[in-house]
Amino acid sequence: MSQTNDRAAGSGLGDAPPPGAETAAAGKPLLRHEVVEKSAPLMLLLTLVSILIGGVVTVVPLFTIESTIEPVPGVRPYSPLELAGRNIYTREGCYTCHSQQIRPFRDEVDRYGHYSLAAESQYDHPFQWGSKRTGPDLARVGGKYSNAWHEAHLINPRQVLPGSIMPAYGFLARREVNPEEMAAHLRTLRRLGVPYTDEMIERAADDMRAQANPFDRNLAAMRERYPKAAVGPFTGPPRSPMDQTPVRITEMDALIAYLQVLGTLAEIDRLRPEDLRQIRRTGASPQ
Amino acid sequence: MAVLGMAAGVFLAAQLAWPQLNFAEYINFGRLRPVHTNVVILGFGGNALLGTSLYVAQRTSQARLFGGLWPATILFVGFNTLAVIAVVGYLFGITKSMEYAEFEWFIYWPLILVWVLYFVIFTGTILRRREPHIYVANWFYWSFIVAVAVLVIVNNLSLPVSLTGTKSYPVWSGVQSAMIQWWYGHNMVGFFLTAGFLGMMYYFLPKQAGRPIYSYRLSIVHFWSLIFLYIWAGPHHLHYTSLPDWTQTLGMVFSVMLWMPSWGGMVNGIMTLSGAWHKLRTDPVLRFLVVAVAFYGMSTFEGPLMSIRAVNSLSHYTDWTVGHVHSGALGWVGFMAFGALYYLIPRLWRVPRLYSQRLVELHFWLATVGILLYITAMWVSGITQALMWRTYDDQGFLLYSFSDTVVMLHPYYVTRFLGGLFYLAGMLVMVWNVAQTIRGVHLRAPQARPAAVAAGAQPVPAE
Repeated sequence: MSQTNDRAAGSGLGDAPPPGAETAAAGKPLLRHEVVEKSAPLMLLLTLVSILIGGVVTVVPLFTIESTIEPVPGVRPYSPLELAGRNIYTREGCYTCHSQQIRPFRDEVDRYGHYSLAAESQYDHPFQWGSKRTGPDLARVGGKYSNAWHEAHLINPRQVLPGSIMPAYGFLARREVNPEEMAAHLRTLRRLGVPYTDEMIERAADDMRAQANPFDRNLAAMRERYPKAAVGPFTGPPRSPMDQTPVRITEMDALIAYLQVLGTLAEIDRLRPEDLRQIRRTGASPQ
Repeated sequence: MAVLGMAAGVFLAAQLAWPQLNFAEYINFGRLRPVHTNVVILGFGGNALLGTSLYVAQRTSQARLFGGLWPATILFVGFNTLAVIAVVGYLFGITKSMEYAEFEWFIYWPLILVWVLYFVIFTGTILRRREPHIYVANWFYWSFIVAVAVLVIVNNLSLPVSLTGTKSYPVWSGVQSAMIQWWYGHNMVGFFLTAGFLGMMYYFLPKQAGRPIYSYRLSIVHFWSLIFLYIWAGPHHLHYTSLPDWTQTLGMVFSVMLWMPSWGGMVNGIMTLSGAWHKLRTDPVLRFLVVAVAFYGMSTFEGPLMSIRAVNSLSHYTDWTVGHVHSGALGWVGFMAFGALYYLIPRLWRVPRLYSQRLVELHFWLATVGILLYITAMWVSGITQALMWRTYDDQGFLLYSFSDTVVMLHPYYVTRFLGGLFYLAGMLVMVWNVAQTIRGVHLRAPQARPAAVAAGAQPVPAE
């Protein structure tokens, strides 16, 4: 066996190819490799080409094939308050334990709802599909629990679910978010292709306040811009219509507003099977 | 770095077993998890790669470092400073929230500069080689440096909200964001934790065994097929998602094909011991290197298996994946790095031998027991939970609520915590052993030669 060993082998030992190694594989097609391993630029070039092919083939068509994201009615960009909540969600690393991607299996559809469609995360910079379900999937958690349930659960998960191993997030209720900041976020996202209008960016702060207060005078305008947005108060007692004090919006309000919109936008009932050619042609389910 | 990263991991394991340990926002699981992954991958893995690659490139090229000591020092300080800033940021919630790519835009740009410097130093050293051939270890190191540059640059493009703030939004969204992230994520495993560490294997294993690499031809096939196939495998992280089916199928097919070069590499590593098997009995450092290759073989068998859609439907989202990652990370990456370090430390500090072989032995067994506890617990908990999720009663209703399945996992989470504790203990033994070796304590004993003590006092740069 060791007789057929060769120059690479030798260099492992002596830190230099042994003499006579060149003849070892004489006449074999692999001999040509000698040319490559003697030329640094050639080796580098071939390496670069090898590692690029697979990436180009799997990634580039996703930007060019139209059926990659089939349009689904109802999907819209996040409202400013939802976006602020999403930024809390990403900041706290919720994706490390919660997925947002329901697979087309009977048990997942029964447990979480209709399987996820590509269009539903098309405005997510970045995606939050996740890779681990230490906690349940959240792709369609919107509307399943009341705001009060979310508040109690975030403050002490074990109070509402005794077996839960989720960290407590009471500190979110003590921190305010600033509506004035959101216009810059919307503008950044628009540069990346999210269809926020000039009006949406201009009114971002108003819209954010309106969503947190059911008696805000801008509520109707906000709802027109962001249909189906869940309206506050997201935490604390119900607000009185007489109450003229400005609403205090906390990080917890924002997070709950985001959780309540998850999976509620896509009007899946209006889709016909032929609208979804891309999805589930295989229809495979392990059960 | 290794100790910090692993300690963070053990603490996270404890948090999953005892959630009350999430007692402050900065160390909540969600913020600490990227600390753990980044510190062990970039901190421990990264430094092991930077150090060994520049050592191996010099040894096998018979040339000094390109640019001398300063560029390499800037590389070391720059890389680690960025890693520390990024990781401290995670504790404060400064994150892009993409796995293994959490660092924000203000880390991204300097990191690219540092990486370009690394590429220049490594390539420059190779170009100065006094040998006509570029040694096989360097092929792997080189491909790792190039591939990681491409991956990091494309995946982490993001637009800051303002130049004075930390927050940015990644350029890619939705399906494309998912695909690019897992193209990146899987190939950080493929190139950072595999190709780079294979470079280590191709140098340190034959050196420690005192035997030549088993087959030159196999290493050529291993190298080219590995780097070509790995890049395609990313979509297997996205089976049954909204990613188009054709992409998933490609990912699955190439992942299964990847099994072959991986095992080719394993055979090449293990068979290098032909004629030197007896050394395993007496040499614990060699044992680390060989068991690393064995874990490589196991993980690269398990990986393709899990990338098959039907298997993935069960394993995905569960602890099985976590166990798989750790058999690769603790078994392959960890053991290979330990073996290389035990080889390097006495040579770099010009000490004739390690402080204690018996401590290496102890480290080996602590770490091995730790891994076995860890991955066994994760297999059981992953499969248990996945089966519970899809169990129906005879009325056609789901039998278990989600929290029922969480409660079931407690004993396995405790076992995993213990496994991590064993592994960490082994690591601490290593730190002690290395520190004593560098101090030359064992050489000051009466029977030691006095000349060696003087040489042992000063660190000597790699040559």
